Amino acid sequence: MYGNDFPGEDPPGGLLGEVEAAEAALRAAAERGRGAIEPSEDLAAYFAEVVAADQKIEPRDWMPEAYRRTLIRQIAQHAHSEIIGMQPEGNWISRAPSLKRKAILLAKVQDEAGHGLYLYAAAETLGVSRDELVDLLLSGRQKYSSIFNYPTLSWADVGAIGWLVDGAAIVNQVPLCRCSYGPYARAMIRVCKEESFHQRQGYEILHTLAHGTPAQKAMAQESVDRWWYPSLAMFGPPDGDSTHSAQSMAWKIKRFSNDELRQRFVDMCVGQAEVLGLRIPDPELRWNEERQAYDFTQPDYDELMRVIKGNGPCNRQRMEHRRRAHSEGAWVREAAAAYAAKRAEKEKVAA
Amino acid sequence: MSQQHTPLWEVFVRARRGLAHTHVGSLHAPDAELALRNARDLYTRRQEGVSIWVVPASAITASSPDEKDSFFDPAADKVYRHPTFYEVPEGVAHL
Repeated sequence: MYGNDFPGEDPPGGLLGEVEAAEAALRAAAERGRGAIEPSEDLAAYFAEVVAADQKIEPRDWMPEAYRRTLIRQIAQHAHSEIIGMQPEGNWISRAPSLKRKAILLAKVQDEAGHGLYLYAAAETLGVSRDELVDLLLSGRQKYSSIFNYPTLSWADVGAIGWLVDGAAIVNQVPLCRCSYGPYARAMIRVCKEESFHQRQGYEILHTLAHGTPAQKAMAQESVDRWWYPSLAMFGPPDGDSTHSAQSMAWKIKRFSNDELRQRFVDMCVGQAEVLGLRIPDPELRWNEERQAYDFTQPDYDELMRVIKGNGPCNRQRMEHRRRAHSEGAWVREAAAAYAAKRAEKEKVAA
Repeated sequence: MSQQHTPLWEVFVRARRGLAHTHVGSLHAPDAELALRNARDLYTRRQEGVSIWVVPASAITASSPDEKDSFFDPAADKVYRHPTFYEVPEGVAHL
């Protein structure tokens, strides 16, 4: 631990407060019990009632097949994103500018691995195996977040990823803490608390750079310029083009539309950018008194579609790295399994 | 593409002395020793606990939500199991 990173008090009204409220709601829902609702012959009606009552669906409950498939897809792609997301930041571990920054970055990348594992475990409660999901990723049949296909070109990018990318992730994930599927909601509560550390450390990096030398400030600004629109694109296509949204909202998997979350993120960032002393690269950004929100330029959705389809700046590099780690690690996994089998055999003989 | 299956383990952590172990999640590992080490790294990075149990998921048998009624019913119709069932005469202390 470093002198300035002992956990302090959290300001009220922040995202962490919302996570804690979601956690309290989860406990309250569990204590309320299912009361009047009892599983009956009509499983679909029972499922609908549980969802309507803001209670959680648990792994052994009946659920519509499409609900199960949607959750598997969403949770798995979320898990893949955490794992692939280790690469852009991992790129700067050996080049971090101080030992303190390096230790923080290591802890952060370790957290990402942990988030991937929590999420794979949540997906597995739906009846798929992690091996199957990893195969789906490696064979390109499942995606990961578009944002990790952008390169990290300077140290400031580590700060911009923390502030903007992790910030966008939290805005997206905080409502998922109230998602109708219990294991996913619980995983998101865990993830959000840690993600909040990531966002703040990123913000601190940018703040330090923006108040450093002119060269450092320019580096911070250049980085924000590059990451702003890809971060806005993380919320997905505009509501009109979002294929899964309506059903996901009816099932209370999603709570807010892509555009609502994007707006919330922009409104949050404006004040934070002012404190940083950095400029958001959008000439159209201005307060709209009528809407009580900021007007802003939409990200380039054609670019988003190109990146999602595999043609972003780093798609090939990211997948190749992940495939190589998997195939070159095969002999290590085999050795561990062989050793475990040998030990189990010995114990059986001894018993 | 996966060469072999590493079994699933359920992880229980006791936060402090005096509290019970609580289920915190699950993970894959080839054997108990690695499951324990991975659980340490994965679930106790922020002083969450002082003791960890790992159990092969295959060793756990769960009750089914379908048999909820028949399985848990006896508790509800034996109200005399609760101390509040009994009337205490007025004026009796420490009971």
